[in-house]
Formats: sequence, C-alpha cells, structure tokens
Amino acid sequence: MKSDVLLRIDNLVKHFDVRLGAFGQTRARVHALDDVSFDILEGETLSLVGESGCGKSTAGFTILRLFEPTSGSVIYSGANIAALDDEAMRKLRKDLQIVFQDPYATLNPRMTVGDAIAEPIMLHAGKSKAEARARVTDILSDVGLPERFANRYPHELSGGQRQRVAIARALACRPKFIVCDEAISALDVSVQAQIINLLRDLQDKYGLTYLFIAHDLAVVRHISDRVAVMYLGRLAELADKTALFSKPRHPYTKALLSAVPEADPVVERRRKRQILTGEVPSPMNPPSGCRFHTRCPIARDQCKAAVPEWREIAFGHRVACHAVGVKGWET
Amino acid sequence: MNAPILDVRNLAIDIDTRYGKARIVDGVSFKLAKGETLGVVGESGCGKSLTMMSLLNLLPRKIAVSGGEAEFESRNLFTLEGEDLRQVRGGRIGFIFQDPMTSFNPVMKIGEQLMEPLIHHKGMDKAAARKRAGELMRLVGIPGGEARLDNYPHQLSGGMRQRVMIAMGLACEPPLLIADEPTTALDVTIQSQIVELVKDLREKLGMSVIWITHDLALIAGLVDRIIVLYTGTIVEEAPVDALYSSPQHPYTIGLLNSLPKLSPGGEAEKHLPSIGGTPPEPGRRPKGCPFAPRCARKMSVCETQIPKLESLVEDAAHRVACFAVTGAPAS
Ligand SMILES: Nc1ncnc2c1ncn2[C@@H]1O[C@H](COP(=O)(O)OP(=O)(O)O)[C@@H](O)[C@H]1O
Ligand code: SF4
Ligand SMILES: [Mg+2]
Repeated sequence: MKSDVLLRIDNLVKHFDVRLGAFGQTRARVHALDDVSFDILEGETLSLVGESGCGKSTAGFTILRLFEPTSGSVIYSGANIAALDDEAMRKLRKDLQIVFQDPYATLNPRMTVGDAIAEPIMLHAGKSKAEARARVTDILSDVGLPERFANRYPHELSGGQRQRVAIARALACRPKFIVCDEAISALDVSVQAQIINLLRDLQDKYGLTYLFIAHDLAVVRHISDRVAVMYLGRLAELADKTALFSKPRHPYTKALLSAVPEADPVVERRRKRQILTGEVPSPMNPPSGCRFHTRCPIARDQCKAAVPEWREIAFGHRVACHAVGVKGWET
Repeated sequence: MNAPILDVRNLAIDIDTRYGKARIVDGVSFKLAKGETLGVVGESGCGKSLTMMSLLNLLPRKIAVSGGEAEFESRNLFTLEGEDLRQVRGGRIGFIFQDPMTSFNPVMKIGEQLMEPLIHHKGMDKAAARKRAGELMRLVGIPGGEARLDNYPHQLSGGMRQRVMIAMGLACEPPLLIADEPTTALDVTIQSQIVELVKDLREKLGMSVIWITHDLALIAGLVDRIIVLYTGTIVEEAPVDALYSSPQHPYTIGLLNSLPKLSPGGEAEKHLPSIGGTPPEPGRRPKGCPFAPRCARKMSVCETQIPKLESLVEDAAHRVACFAVTGAPAS
C-alpha cells in the first residue's frame, strides 16, 4: 500500500440549520460534523463506522462537496475542494465518486443500464455518444455483468445486479476516489460477499481509494486497511485495522466492538458483553466536553468540561479521550 | 422432545399472480418445545415472514395457506376464527415485527396501545392496565418509563419504538413469542441491548421464542435450534452447535463461509467465498432441488427430483435436504 496522502481533511465542520415545530417556529442547529481531521491515503480502504446519525454520510458528502462545508478544508491534489469555484469543481467531479446503499437513488428508472453508464462519460469526460457506448461493454465486464445488460432497465435487475450497475456508473469516468456509503448494507449475505469481492478486485485493477461507510463491523474488518470510529459528529478513534480491532483504546470503540455478535455459538455463550446503556444523544444539543461522556463507563468531571484533543498515541493511531494513557483511569 | 407447544406440519402457502397460483412456501414442518428458542434463517424472499404471518392469520392479500396444519396448544391455528383467533393473537402468541411503525396506530398514545391487550386479554381494569403498562416500559428499558406512556409513536426514536413493540409483544406474558427480524434496522449497540433483554425475559417468563433473521451471527448465542429456509422450503435443521460446527447443506455452508469473520484469521483471505447467482424469484422455483442452479455439488438427480429433509445417520436431530449429503434415491 502506498502512503501518499490523497485527501487531507482538516477541521471539517458541517452544521445544518433546521426549523422545528408544526409551523417551523423554532430554529435549531444540527451539529452533524465537528472538527473532523484525518488523511485518506492513496490506494487504501478507510472505513468510517459508528451508529446511525453519527455523521458518517455527512462526512462523505461534505468531503465530496455534495454538501457545502460550514468550515474547514479538504485538500485534494494541492487544492482546497471546499473553496473551489463551480468550474474547477466540475473538472474534479469525475475523480470523486459515490455509491449509495440504494442504487435506485442514482439510477433513473427510465434509462437503460447502458445509457446510465454512458451518461457520466459524456458529461464529465466529454466523449461522444458513440465513444461512450463503446466503453460501456468494458465497464459492464469490469463489474461482472454480460454485455446484454446494457439494454435492460433497473427494475429488471436483482438488488445485487443493480448495485453492480451503480458501481459501473461510478467507475465510468475512471475516478480516483469512491465513497461507498452503506453500499452493501441492503444486500443479502450471499450477494454481499460477491460485491465485497468485486470492490476489492476493482481497487486492485484501478488503484482506487475507498472511503467505506458501513455499520457491519465484520465486513469492515474484512475490507479495510484503516478504520475511523465516529460518535455524534466527532472522530473518536482512528487506527490501522489490526490495532483497532485487537487493541481499541477509546471506550466507545470498545463498547461498539463488544456489541458485535460472532457466528459461533460457543464463543457467544462464553462472551461477556459490555452493554452501552441509553441511546445516542441528539446532535441538536450535543453534550459538552467529550460527547460520549453521558454514556461512558469511565467518565470523570474533566470529560464534561473539556473536549478531548484528537491526538496521536502511537504511530498512525489517533484517539480523542482524556483517559487514554492515564494510569489508573484507562481500563 | 416433550409435548411441543407448536407443531407445524406440511405448511404450504400460495400466492395469486397474473399467471395463476404459485407456491411460495412448500412442505414446511417444524416443532417447538416449551421454553425452546428456534432460529429461522434465510435470505430475503425465502418465506420466513410469510410462514410466521400465516400462523397468526396475518397473511397479506392474495397470499393464503393452501395446505397443512399448525397445532398450537392442541388447536389448529389455521381453523381458528373470531374471538378464538383474537385470544391467541397477542394473548397466547406475542409478536414483534421488523418495522414497528406498521404495528403501531400512529394517532394513539403508546400507553393506550399497551393497555389494550391487557384489558382485552387479561381482563384488567384501566387503572391496573396503566400501572402494568408503566412496568412493562421500564422492563424493556425505556428511560422515563411511565412518563412515556402519553407519547405518540412518532415522538420516540427507532430504538425506543422497537422496545415498546417488544413490550406490546410481551404484555400478556405469552407462552410463545415470534420475533421477525426485530433488530435488523437497528445499530449493533441497540441490537445487543434488545437481544439481552429478550434472553432475560425468556428466562423470567419461561417463554418459547421463534426468532427470524438473515443474520447468522446475531442468533448464534440466542437460539437452541435453527432451521434454514431456501425459496420456501427447509433445507437444513439442526441444534445450534451442530449447525455452526458441521453444517451439511451446500447452501448453509455457503452462507456461513460468506460471512466475514471477526475473529483473527478471518481477515487473511482476500476473497470471501461467495455463493454465485441469486435466489430464484418467488414462484419461479426450479423443478428439482431449489438450490441446484447455484450448487457446486449438483448431480443430475438434483435437477429432476426434490430432495426430502432426512436425518443424518450420526445425529437424528440434524436433518438435511440434499442428495449429495443423504444419498440419491434408488431409481
Ligand atoms: N440535510 C440535512 N438537514 C438536516 N439535518 C441533517 C441533514 N442531513 C443529515 N442531517 C443530520 O445530521 C446528523 C448526521 O447524519 P448522517 O450524516 O446522515 O449520519 P449517518 O450517515 O452516520 O447515519 C443526523 O442527526 C442527521 O439527522
Ligand atoms: S474523554 Fe472521558 S467521557 Fe470521553 S471517552 Fe474518554 S473517559 Fe469517556
Ligand atoms: Mg448514512
């Protein structure tokens, strides 16, 4: 794996202003993403995990500037994506793609598979219709679909096949970076494995970099090089996959991993779970200090008062927790 | 097995299509002992939910039981009507579905919905029912217990609605609880809270439980026995340990292999072993073994004859429907 930085994300913030109440009389601010900083390395798969609503999708969208960031920067090939004008941004679009959980969200039901794949090639790569159609066959074969699928419509396909088409569309302009936002979450187990394998093969073939957003930690462990854990809009921990799964340091990471069941009845019967009580607080009114302090089993006063620093505790291992490294506190 | 609480024999369910009737559940038979927890596993569309809905006479329009019996507490569920049926539904058999919103009345307060079965089935008066409803809310871990009784369903988070749903399923302390993917839409942290809760209550109330899922990891530590469904038929049935340690049917083996493993070692292989192809559409089952088109061990007999569920020589409780395992019929 190369270790050149492909994307550098610095203090990225995304807040949403919303109106509440039957007449929209109350204004509120959703702190979806706060002060998020990390690098995405060329050719890697970096997974982003955390409970629903913690800001994973918002992070993916904001990095791609599908959402305007509230503040912070995303540096890609020397430029700050967050500050580019429309023209410059349009040129970059083909490099930066996204695949969603629900392929229907990106596939026009009245467009054939072939046209859906050809469209971005004409739009972003400026190719003629004939040139684009000529590439469609290659791309279909890349995602494991026979050529005849070019004439089908999305509703004629199975869930797994539709997801292959969505991937094909994302691949059409030979991107560098793809955000996979729960891209395999809705698929049946047997089909899920096929798509995971496909994503890996494509990565090898085209040197792709993935930001892999998922909630299935077994899948994440299988597919990632590094893993970042989010809690309520902030990063809690980021490390090499092996370190994160074998030596998690943040109390939230530990709780999250302990909740994941394993397909082994003997292991499961022996296992002691650390059950997190309660639910994630609302991002409209996030707790002070460390946002995890309301559920953290080892929280102290300091955690309520001060936001823990996002610090490196070992090479490539970052964590935001006051307790980590403090004797007699960290468990 | 001592006298089973539920005995389903030769269940068949048909759907009315434009082209006539199609069989979507075929020859399903299983028993459930008192206090036993049975896992029903299969991918989407394999007939898991329809099988359970048929027991409660909750099948959707155009879908109906066309054969078989389901004996519950010495009565055939399929012939129950009117008041008898209402007594069983919610009173003797509790159920929890995947999407709580479909089982709640959106314009009725949570408390009223919880009290209704208590008044109806348990003959409580309003005051007693309200008191019990509050207790149930606390039992399922709703913060604020009683205070939440006056909320409407939409005022609760997804995790809380699911808990209330469980409280409703348990309100009458039914001898049998049927849970249909009750945690599928929830985060692992909430999922593990709910699984622990059901285990706890099962112990306290001595309930029998049927837990339907596509997630082989989730139920490993929860059930005593598992049946695996594929396109409307049982392909394997085994005590939980045997199913995970020596799965027999090629489909079960494929499913287990395609799960990314969380334990060390699982991450090594680059490709997940996956089952090729997709399950046939309901009503388009092949002539022979339903799994034959995707099966690596297929023989010619598999394409013409349907294998029966047969016990293994070494373990009568372990049953498999596969010619490659139990031998081809003498012709
Ligand atoms: N367009 C939006 N307007 C207002 N709030 C939003 C919007 N998109 C997301 N949010 C809120 O931001 C928070 C993070 O959401 P999201 O990024 O979707 O989380 P995740 O992908 O981790 O489930 C949630 O509270 C969500 O409701
Ligand atoms: S900073 Fe405090 S509250 Fe936050 S995770 Fe660490 S110990 Fe827990
Ligand atoms: Mg999301």
